[in-house]
Amino acid sequence: MSVKLSTRQVGDVSVVDVAGRITLGEGSSALRDTLRDMVSKGQKKILLNLGEVSYIDSSGIGELVSGFTTVTNQGGQLKLLGLTKRVKDLLQITKLYTVFDVHDNEASAVRAFT
Amino acid sequence: MGKNTGGEAGTVEQFLDSTLESVDSAESLVLDMAQKAGFPEEDLHKIGMSVRETMVNAVVHGNQYSAHKKVHVSVSKGPDRLTVSIADQGKGFDLNGLADPLSEANLLRNSGRGIFLIRAFMDELHVRRLSPSGTEVTMTKYLVRK
Repeated sequence: MSVKLSTRQVGDVSVVDVAGRITLGEGSSALRDTLRDMVSKGQKKILLNLGEVSYIDSSGIGELVSGFTTVTNQGGQLKLLGLTKRVKDLLQITKLYTVFDVHDNEASAVRAFT
Repeated sequence: MGKNTGGEAGTVEQFLDSTLESVDSAESLVLDMAQKAGFPEEDLHKIGMSVRETMVNAVVHGNQYSAHKKVHVSVSKGPDRLTVSIADQGKGFDLNGLADPLSEANLLRNSGRGIFLIRAFMDELHVRRLSPSGTEVTMTKYLVRK
């Protein structure tokens, strides 16, 4: 399986549930397209639920960073939810863990948007 | 499609097309040997990811998806280590010229983390220019028996 993305609304927060592999090719471009589409529609509060992401490579990490800067530059907020140990380790190794606002619990993540 | 030139011996070689499918093929080949060598699950993940990153560099940046260029993958299994060499036929790159992805100026760049991750995940990493063209990346992971 490559990647599967689905979006849902929790209050004024758009939650993107991501499952599978975010790697160069279909996986990373699907994430990029989804985030760009949301930003173009004016969605400013985006929560990326990565709880079902089994694998992410440097290209996938790049897409997370790109999504973060795109949303932030538009005056929005992008937060991460439910990192697996491997994804968390990768973000820590690359010093990106402190760049993102990371949450373990969806309700608290939604409340964290201002 | 690649070609096996090894069998059950300590070294297996494949010549792969410059496609993203070859990234999966190389990962499967190496992980199969690493698993048989007895590497634990966490090391398998690190080895697999390092192979993917190197293959992506070879296919995308080195050979630039050229149908006329191949990626040579060689996997050697020793009693205490697994060594993987991946060579492309591209113009080559300068390892020392790569930007530090951890510096504040580069932290939010979309790319440039591949080699950094390989260094973090493997025990040894060597890069050399090939003549007349190409780059060979050789990486080793040591097996720590418990």
